[in-house]
Amino acid sequence: MVGLITAIIFIPLVGALAVCAWPQRNGRPIALMFNAISAVCALVLWRNFDPTSSGLQFVERHAWIPAIGAEYLLGVDGLSLLLVLLTSTIVPFALLAQPVPGAGRAFYATMLIMQSALYGTFTAQNFILWFLFYEMSLLPAFLLIKIWGGENRDRAATKFFLYTFLGSVAMLLSFLGIYFAKGTFDFAALAAFGKNGLLTGKLAWLAFAGIFVGLAVKVPLFPFHTWLPDAYQTAPTGVSMVLTGVLSKMGVYGFVRLLLPLFPNEIKIIGPWLLGLAICSIVFAPLAAWAQRDLKRMIAYLSINHLGYCMLALFAVAASPVVGATIDMQAALSGVFMQIFNHGITAATLFYFAGLLERRRGLRGIDDFGGLMQRTPLLCGWMSVAMFSSLGLPGLNGFIGEFLIFKGSFAIAAAFTAIAVIGLLVTAIVFVRAMQSLFSGPLAESCSGFPDLLRSEKLVIVPVTLLMFAIGIAPQFIFNIFNATVVQMARLFG
Amino acid sequence: MNSWIVTYLWFVPAAPFVASLIILTLSNARRRSAAALAIAGQIAALAMSILAFGQTLQTPGFRVVQNFTWFTFGEQALRLGFVFDPLGAAMLLMVALAGLCIFVFSVGYMAEDKNFTRFFAYLSFFSGAMLGLVIANSLLLLFIFWELVGLASYLLIGFWIERPRAAEAAKKAFITTRIGDMGFFLGILWLYGRSGTLLFYDRGNGCLESAGLAMLGASATFIALLIFCGAVGKSGQFPLHVWLPDAMEGPTPVSALIHAATMVAAGVFLVARVYPLFSLGPINGVTPSLTVVVWIGVTTALMAALIAIAQADIKRVLAYSTVSQLGLMMVSLGVGGVAAGIMHLLAHGFFKALLFLGAGSVIHGCHGEQDIRKMGGLRRLMPVTFFTYAVGMMALSGVPFFFSGGWTKEEILHATASWAPSHAPYYLILAGVVLTALYMTRQVIYVFFGNPRATAEHAHESPRAMTMPLIVLALCAIFFSVVLTPAWPWLHGYLTGEPVHFEIARLIQPMLFVSLVLVGGGVAAGIWIYRKAGAPERDRPAEIDPLEYAQPALFRFLANGMWIDELYDRTVIAFSWASARLSDWMDRYFWDGLVRGFGAIAQLFGIFTTSVGERGINAGVDETTVGTRGLGRLISAAHSGQIQTYLGAVAIGMLALLLLYAWLA
Repeated sequence: MVGLITAIIFIPLVGALAVCAWPQRNGRPIALMFNAISAVCALVLWRNFDPTSSGLQFVERHAWIPAIGAEYLLGVDGLSLLLVLLTSTIVPFALLAQPVPGAGRAFYATMLIMQSALYGTFTAQNFILWFLFYEMSLLPAFLLIKIWGGENRDRAATKFFLYTFLGSVAMLLSFLGIYFAKGTFDFAALAAFGKNGLLTGKLAWLAFAGIFVGLAVKVPLFPFHTWLPDAYQTAPTGVSMVLTGVLSKMGVYGFVRLLLPLFPNEIKIIGPWLLGLAICSIVFAPLAAWAQRDLKRMIAYLSINHLGYCMLALFAVAASPVVGATIDMQAALSGVFMQIFNHGITAATLFYFAGLLERRRGLRGIDDFGGLMQRTPLLCGWMSVAMFSSLGLPGLNGFIGEFLIFKGSFAIAAAFTAIAVIGLLVTAIVFVRAMQSLFSGPLAESCSGFPDLLRSEKLVIVPVTLLMFAIGIAPQFIFNIFNATVVQMARLFG
Repeated sequence: MNSWIVTYLWFVPAAPFVASLIILTLSNARRRSAAALAIAGQIAALAMSILAFGQTLQTPGFRVVQNFTWFTFGEQALRLGFVFDPLGAAMLLMVALAGLCIFVFSVGYMAEDKNFTRFFAYLSFFSGAMLGLVIANSLLLLFIFWELVGLASYLLIGFWIERPRAAEAAKKAFITTRIGDMGFFLGILWLYGRSGTLLFYDRGNGCLESAGLAMLGASATFIALLIFCGAVGKSGQFPLHVWLPDAMEGPTPVSALIHAATMVAAGVFLVARVYPLFSLGPINGVTPSLTVVVWIGVTTALMAALIAIAQADIKRVLAYSTVSQLGLMMVSLGVGGVAAGIMHLLAHGFFKALLFLGAGSVIHGCHGEQDIRKMGGLRRLMPVTFFTYAVGMMALSGVPFFFSGGWTKEEILHATASWAPSHAPYYLILAGVVLTALYMTRQVIYVFFGNPRATAEHAHESPRAMTMPLIVLALCAIFFSVVLTPAWPWLHGYLTGEPVHFEIARLIQPMLFVSLVLVGGGVAAGIWIYRKAGAPERDRPAEIDPLEYAQPALFRFLANGMWIDELYDRTVIAFSWASARLSDWMDRYFWDGLVRGFGAIAQLFGIFTTSVGERGINAGVDETTVGTRGLGRLISAAHSGQIQTYLGAVAIGMLALLLLYAWLA
């Protein structure tokens, strides 16, 4: 199985070349084909993954640029595997979304390059390699918004780029500082240093701040989030799906993989402040979502909220004043990983539906629709499932992650978690209100010619929704992926 | 020896769930199959409930627990389970039986509806979730079913989705109950953190068993109160009762099943189920959490009974009456009369379902009219409906001796009278009893007596599918008394596990006379006030309520639900909406403004540094920025205007910071 990860990473790149070479203008079939191949590879990876082992598996280590300690080091643990699987699910799903007007080969090639970068980010175990992939995902995302975006795309793309690029630079500088101090870029080695304080004094705080800002922008964490509503709103549907489904997870992944292991002491000191930021994400984002009229912008704000729960749990774990609260840490971390996966699936589905509505109506304001239930009951029904999943209804996937996050966080940081419950409530308000104005009331004249779900759309929606039910009812198969990793991480933080 | 049914108790909720799933896949045209499937699922559930119930009769204090692991996370297992004990068994029977009657009734009532199949899918889904709720052996599993019945309630209130008011009511119900549920959720988290398990019973290690309770200490009060928040929301207790009257926008069978007989009683059931949490560490049999339960219950019971007097909509009268009766049950639980509260819950399930279905029959007969002032004289036009409704009315009013509600209400009065801290709740619910008799008399006079007005003239009796369930439920409301009387308090003994024997002398108790006087007083007052309701009287026009004529301001106050909705609109809702607008505004202008300001500075800095860089540190920078410029060119190909400037700034800044690091290290 050596080389499997490399294969997963480079298959989409080859696909990008193939799409460019493809004689027809529509690159979608080729892109999907290469997606299928890398998805099969990801499944093989899952099949051969040993869920009882907490260490890195399928490790590929080669010398690369020895002078700066850069190795070609790939490997997966439970978390990495989970994200590889998520990427393999979301990208093809996004490719099947509402076609982008004027999207030819270049669009699909760019999507595939981004996918390759995402696979790389989730499997690289050396900072230089990781950072390379991390940045490699940024540029395609920028181009996808800039070239194929909707209204205000220039402004949104620039804002997105400026934000994330500055964040990346801050992070790079911090790592250079760390490298000067410790002489390694290896994640595992750095984490081992982290236990006893990686750096000291001002330098430690400077490095911490750099990495923190870089990752906080990516997630995004309040108040580094203002690029997100513009970017998600403007990006073509498929791109929004990848942005929220996978790209936002790069930030969370970075927190778990880098910031928390490297700076345990710093996080403990400013823990309450970090928790406060997470709470702001959780409370203000859905409130802002409530005030939105644009469906995509609304979903974008709710994404901030859902990732805020992840941040809450991670900060609670890292800042935990209690020694040996491993049970709660395991709960919180399991919840975070579950939420990463679930939010990816659910938020992408919501964007997909926003795309379906936009395709039918040409607009996507909440008030541009009305009484859809009478005209398109299937569309409304399946869309409601995604909405209920997102608001955390038991029986669907969203509940599992949120329950564990709240269980773990409440035991460690009760007061903050109690406030976070407001987020759950407001999210429900936002969705129920959206359902009311979209689905109920008299049928709006502008919607009277809508077709219900088409066959091709059903083929996409049904499997994803079944996955939501499967995770909601019998989630063990997802937990098996990362249980060993959770145990090991809880030990590390505890 | 337990029979298979106790081991596979989950078959009971599974039957309607499966029916619901199959119905969902049916096309709209297959109405007969949908109704048949739903009823078959319900019959299966009822049959299995009866079988299982039989098992509980073998030993007093019967309790069987089936636990299983839902999933393992980290090194822990999250376990759920089902429990079967008298409380669950009694609820199971009531839910299955009342549900079946309502399913059958719906076949007639919804016959004209174009979404007939969807209706039965939702109804079966609800039934499955409700049956699961009563046998859950884990607070988490209970919460899961709790949310699912909430979903069913949301879907069914908004069933006539083209009506904006129905959609509004559904939204209100979902959100209001969710407010309570958030407290419930926190209670679950707290309990889980403290006791390490959410199983109720687990061979001595459950959270309701002594070992689990011992770990709670003083936090038990807070946990209990948080859980009670959920009950307040679901059972329509003050201050979260506002959704329940509006929920009457749903089809009448839904009001009967969900918003009268079963789901709204789930809050009362919840308190009874986790009663050990409420009663932990009592001083003279009183705990702070139970005291809160009593006062919330009393407030709700009295307030809702007052409001009910001034309602004109036949269903809203019953809705407020439900709120009031649920308050009464809460009082009973709070003062320690758990069995009495549950007995009233069960009895109420039957007679309130009966009343709602009767109201449905009336509405059906009057072609959709719901205003009682426009009815009148229906006793001759709809005799079956009238007689069954009268039975329900007397059971609800608490007429002693022949009607189940009378006996259970008496038990509650008994329990409340002996509450040590205060006698006020007792006198207040006595007032509630009078008011109940009064508003029910008013309603019956308006609907069934006098001369037919406006819409009532062409009324007709409902079809058999609708009258049969009425008769069954009426018989239940009467013959249920057999197991309730003090002479043979079988149900009481069954629920508490105490032995029971028959003793006719106990039948006549002082409380019987108290009841008799109060109910008689209420009915008499009702007859006296409303004897000419619906007809002109002196200078009062026919459409004006006699009470409204006498006390217009008071009547308006009550008719508008004491303006609580308006109060919430102007305070809580206005505040929340303002926060939403403010959050949006902050995002657009404050935070984004900061970013844009920062961007402008960076741009200036960029222009400055690129010019300096080009001339000054050219050689050194070139090495490091080759790659970056490559990107820059790519981007300019994608018609960008500003990015190069930023990249230049970034490159310079990077260099500066690198130097800073080198210097610091």
